[in-house]
Amino acid sequence: MHGRIRTWGPGALVLLPTVLLLGYFVYGLIAWSFNTSLTDRHTARRGPADYVGFENYVNLFGEDRFLNSLKNLGVLTVAFIVGTLIFGLLWALLLEKGVTGEGIFRSIFLFPMAISMIASGVVWSWLLNPSQGDEARGLNRLFSIVGLNFLENAWWTAGSRWTTMLSIALPAIWQLSGYIMALFLAGFRGIPPELREAARVDGASEFKLYRHVLFPQLSPIALSALIILGHMSLKLFDLIYAITGPNQFRTEVPAIYMWNTLLSNDQAKAAGIAIVLLAVVAVLVIPYVAYTVRQESNE
Amino acid sequence: MTAAEAEAATGRAAAAIRQKPRRGAIADGTTRTSRTVKYLLLLFFLLFVLTPVYVVLITSFKTSSDTTAAAQWSLPETWTLEPWRKAWDVLQPYMIRSLSLAIPAAIISSMIGSANGFVLARWRFPGANVVFAFILFGMFIPYQAVMLPLRTTFNELDVTRGVPTLIIAHVIYGLPICTLIFRNYYATIVPNEIIESARVDGAGLVQTYVRIILPISISGFVVTLIWQFTSVWNDFLFALFLTQQQNGPVTLGLAALSGGQKVDYAASMAGALITSFPTLLVYILLGRWFIGGLMAGALKG
Repeated sequence: MHGRIRTWGPGALVLLPTVLLLGYFVYGLIAWSFNTSLTDRHTARRGPADYVGFENYVNLFGEDRFLNSLKNLGVLTVAFIVGTLIFGLLWALLLEKGVTGEGIFRSIFLFPMAISMIASGVVWSWLLNPSQGDEARGLNRLFSIVGLNFLENAWWTAGSRWTTMLSIALPAIWQLSGYIMALFLAGFRGIPPELREAARVDGASEFKLYRHVLFPQLSPIALSALIILGHMSLKLFDLIYAITGPNQFRTEVPAIYMWNTLLSNDQAKAAGIAIVLLAVVAVLVIPYVAYTVRQESNE
Repeated sequence: MTAAEAEAATGRAAAAIRQKPRRGAIADGTTRTSRTVKYLLLLFFLLFVLTPVYVVLITSFKTSSDTTAAAQWSLPETWTLEPWRKAWDVLQPYMIRSLSLAIPAAIISSMIGSANGFVLARWRFPGANVVFAFILFGMFIPYQAVMLPLRTTFNELDVTRGVPTLIIAHVIYGLPICTLIFRNYYATIVPNEIIESARVDGAGLVQTYVRIILPISISGFVVTLIWQFTSVWNDFLFALFLTQQQNGPVTLGLAALSGGQKVDYAASMAGALITSFPTLLVYILLGRWFIGGLMAGALKG
């Protein structure tokens, strides 16, 4: 027993500071936030607060503004995930067999990842200018220059939730498709060439080759991509803040609503929104982390 | 650093990206028409990705009289550096703060991440997997869920608002990803046998780490340093919650420069370029290691 501790002990000791820090700053503070969300701390004042149970959550789910932010988030997440997966997969398909200048295409498709969402938000708020017709600006102006006037629209100031949130998804898709391309490209390149050759010898068409041989090999990567994009979309904050400002009901999502609530000093409600957001992310991420860690330990 | 080591650094997956298929494989099933279509599509998407770049560049050199609706997509009538000067005057102090925050935060979290990663990959103890999952989860949380009490904690500990608070926050919340990158890195490049034989020779953890692991960690450090530097530099959420204009980083400065009712787009665009310059430079010079970090972000290196 003593000998075992001598071999394990130092390793555990190395990890101890990290475990303690994350124990407090991740798990401890989440517990603290949750605790606040159960109280009536609706002002900036300090000192004791009374517990009100789940009243804040009941109020949130009975409130139009919060439900609106959840619906916005749902539409945004669907649009963003579908769009980014399609673009990323398409770019990877176009590049995976090797084309002249591949390195340049790859670098350019991936470069938006290096930019802050605040910086890209500055440009996209210019591009997504809602003015139309003679006064059209941004993308609308470009559409009229190239004769695609029918594409002109009010972007995120439009009436419908789908148009509004698609306008927010567009810059996010622009920023992250390259990442998904890189993931899929790595996946394609990791498939042994013998698999393709065997399928071709068997007379499989290109379509069948991808459908039945290559795509099934990519499903673990597609799952990773889905989880990454999902949790990014649920947390999306900077981009919306930079493009529309934080005070737009049309583009408000829970992450933004939490900030706005905090500005009005309602700490209990802000904590409640944050915990709901965390719960949504956790439903997505916990099974994935557990699955990955278990699978790796089996290797 | 050898080329082979550099390859290993970016992880198996990232290295695989660059492995172009053999010539023979390209010809199969590819006609001239489909190749033309392929290039046309690639060019179209290239234009899509580069459109914002064109907009930033031309707008940042325009005078205010030059930014009418009709002239939005044309080159500047008269080229001016005025927007750049204006943006730089505003952003300069923020740039200095961001540098003095991103560099130490990246270095500290990489160092801790390296030690953690080594233990989790090659000096395992019972329950190491549970600890790994415990650490990893911290990477995915929406930070709004900790922001309020984090602010209170910093106030109570009397940490100076601004660069010091942000360094601490970024180091702590950067630990999961740095640990993950190094764990995958060591699991890929360090054979178990080396560690075993070192143990047989009586080398302890510290000796093994310093003599065997550290000398081959350079590329792992390049990946995590780049990753952390980029994400700290680009962070807005922590900056917004924990700092103010007079002590905040560059994303806060840019948001202030480009916010408000009447936006000076020429200066905002110049500001977007100025604030993106350090991370773009890193991306252009060290792109392959940047991809290594991205791949690690997908958990399975």
